[in-house]
Amino acid sequence: MMEPATEAELAQAVAGAAGPLCIRGGGTRGVSGTGEALSVAGLRGVELYEPGALTLVVRAGTPVAEVETMLAGEGQRLPFEPMDMRAVLGTNGVPTIGGVVASNASGPRRIQAGACRDSLIGVRFVDGRGDVIKNGGRVMKNVTGYDLVKLMAGSHGTLGVLSEVSFKLLPAPEVAACVLIEGLSDADAVAALSAALGSPFEVSGAAHLPVGLDGAPVTMIRVEGFAASVAYRAGRLQALLARFGDSVVEDDPARVAAGWAWVRDVQAFADLPGDVWRVSVKPSDGPRVVAAVGPRRAVYDWGGGLVWLLVAEGRDIRPGLAGIAGHATLIRAGAETRARIARFHPEAPPVAALSAGLRARFDPRGILNPGVMG
Amino acid sequence: MQMPRPDAAVIGRKAQLVARLRQILPADAVIDDPTETRAYECDALTAYRCPPLCVVLPADTAQVSAVLRLCHAEGVPVVPRGSGTSLAGGAMPTEDSVILGVARLNDVLEIDLPNRFIRVQSGRTNLSVSGAVESDDFFYAPDPSSQLACAIAGNVAMNSGGAHCLKYGVTTNNLMGVTMVLMDGTVVELGGAHLDAGGLDLLGVVCGSEGQLGVVTEATLRILRKPEGARPVLIGFDSSEVAGACVSDIIRAGVLPVAIEFMDRPCIRATEAFAGAGYPDCEALLIVEVEGSEAEIAAQLALITGIARQHNPVELRESTGPEESARIWLGRKSAFGAMGQINDYMCLDGTIPVSSLPLVLRRIGEMSAEFGLDVGNVFHAGDGNMHPLILFDANKPGDLERCEAFGAEILKLCVEVGGCLTGEHGVGVEKRELMTSQFSAADLEAQMRVKDVFDPAWLLNPAKVFPLAASAGRRG
Repeated sequence: MMEPATEAELAQAVAGAAGPLCIRGGGTRGVSGTGEALSVAGLRGVELYEPGALTLVVRAGTPVAEVETMLAGEGQRLPFEPMDMRAVLGTNGVPTIGGVVASNASGPRRIQAGACRDSLIGVRFVDGRGDVIKNGGRVMKNVTGYDLVKLMAGSHGTLGVLSEVSFKLLPAPEVAACVLIEGLSDADAVAALSAALGSPFEVSGAAHLPVGLDGAPVTMIRVEGFAASVAYRAGRLQALLARFGDSVVEDDPARVAAGWAWVRDVQAFADLPGDVWRVSVKPSDGPRVVAAVGPRRAVYDWGGGLVWLLVAEGRDIRPGLAGIAGHATLIRAGAETRARIARFHPEAPPVAALSAGLRARFDPRGILNPGVMG
Repeated sequence: MQMPRPDAAVIGRKAQLVARLRQILPADAVIDDPTETRAYECDALTAYRCPPLCVVLPADTAQVSAVLRLCHAEGVPVVPRGSGTSLAGGAMPTEDSVILGVARLNDVLEIDLPNRFIRVQSGRTNLSVSGAVESDDFFYAPDPSSQLACAIAGNVAMNSGGAHCLKYGVTTNNLMGVTMVLMDGTVVELGGAHLDAGGLDLLGVVCGSEGQLGVVTEATLRILRKPEGARPVLIGFDSSEVAGACVSDIIRAGVLPVAIEFMDRPCIRATEAFAGAGYPDCEALLIVEVEGSEAEIAAQLALITGIARQHNPVELRESTGPEESARIWLGRKSAFGAMGQINDYMCLDGTIPVSSLPLVLRRIGEMSAEFGLDVGNVFHAGDGNMHPLILFDANKPGDLERCEAFGAEILKLCVEVGGCLTGEHGVGVEKRELMTSQFSAADLEAQMRVKDVFDPAWLLNPAKVFPLAASAGRRG
């Protein structure tokens, strides 16, 4: 495995590659192509952290935990609550910040604060020719030239190998609380989440577990901020949602954090057999997805718009979702299934042609994670 | 302003082209009379103008596709145009180009409150998008100053911002999907009412591509519930440095105001003379606005004013009601008009790291003396997006050139301190040649490769964004 320690070495490694490269961060996200392993984990460290400007510039191989600990020390955080996939995928290793960007990993706060791509303000990467490219920078507002920053987020190493990433940060809240309603049907739960998200009370998490920790359905709505504010909003949300059933407010910090980490990382599926799918639709279509697929288990996040499904091994759920706009990604599956079913949702032909065209331009030799995205 | 030499062969075929366009569009949707096309000779960058070959005003996606297919087949450049409010010349035509205006695409197609989106045709104005959901207490967050006139198509092309993006983000953070027509007439759907791309984030690179990758005809936009209330506080300081330090301290304290606006003395004086908002006569002032319930607003403002007091403000005026809020915003909203009363001005748009604010303001002051041109600063301080307004006299020979040279120096300074040339207005023709100060040849090449994929013949808005020398080989 090649493990360059600098961006220049990384560029040399790509330029000198004789064949396909399998780009790795911490190797925890289950995305790997065939080819010689090229790890970015050697590119570590903080380039710049300016708490007064809510700005972080960090090398791609830096562990996510290191970044989060450093930000917490200053009362700040990454806005988008990146998912840790180790539990659901059964992977080991140390998740890197570059891996987060390459997969645009975003957690429950995505509905309020945006995805990883929305907080990402700059990148440096090595394209398939071995050229070092920068785009964006370290300022929040920047429309200078094309936004390759967004293009790189979620490109899974197929357009270039990230060497450095920059983020806009947010202050960490003083407290968080969670309004919990038990026993709702999926459709009622999504209606309740929509009502909460359509309120002025700044909901930062909206999830529904048809099978909660104690086996009963539970609907979760999170508010974060200054203590007085959170207490006020949680109360107003309870009143707003009274028609859906009785609710309680959980405000123990450890329990709130653990509950949302459980949702974020889809820990419910960690020890259960089956393939895992991630379906993105408009929130009111979430229950339709579950009804159409009939999974072993489901978890709704993003107000119902992100549906995690646990289904029998080897089953292609996409044909059953025809007619529901959105996309389905196969997150966990065995090799035989992978060989048969594409990880990413097939794109309409003209869109697929654009994506293929971009990959061909950024990686003319087709050596960067070939086949991972099509 | 240098523009590529127009294609004489295309100009020579104008009559045939107009006749063909009339076959595919309603009669009143093709304008070729030189008097009538005059309105399309420039956008809000009025210092530069050029008559287009002709203007087309299609009314739906199919018509846009037909026009582009024809122009593609004929090798005719097309310049897309929203409402023509670009400050960067993004919609400026060339003599051999067809202006494709989306003004007639102005319908609301779908409002979905439970799923919190609205789908509109792209010619609809920014403010009227919010207007369509206002009675339901929802709004569309990006609010560029020109929001009364500017079209969503232009917002998407330039990735427009506004005063409230500190909290809500800019266009790209609120854009969920588009229907877009490629130069060869192909219609593509990117994104939709769901969140995030299923493959490469093409929507992300289309937003802010200045009309060079495709013509957006429909957009799905995120809408948000209005906050319970909002209130500003005005804080005056006797130095810009101290005002800058106060901004940083507010952000450090964990408050996230919806807006932090900054004005310096020249701007304060000009707006006072123009609008009489009752601003203090001081070196710098901040307007900080927060949102929430009454109690939440009071708590946040108490925190902010507590921080401000540590910086010995010369004035601290907390709004107590809607009238006072309106007065506090009045001066800020009148700033551009007020500066325009004094003289012609050029508005810059560079962004800098907030920590560089004092240095950059001091250097701009020094350069103002060197160039002999006055400058006022009014900008979004929370995100470092500056808007220096350089005053000049368009009737005085050499003044415009001096102003442009001064502006270029300011923008280079923005890049030097770690910022960028443009925070929300776009590159257009205005900052095209400065791109090499921010980007290496490889950086620009990577961006141009994206255009190669979407528009291989480089017919869509070709002479924008990239330095002419850099794009010469591609423009044919």
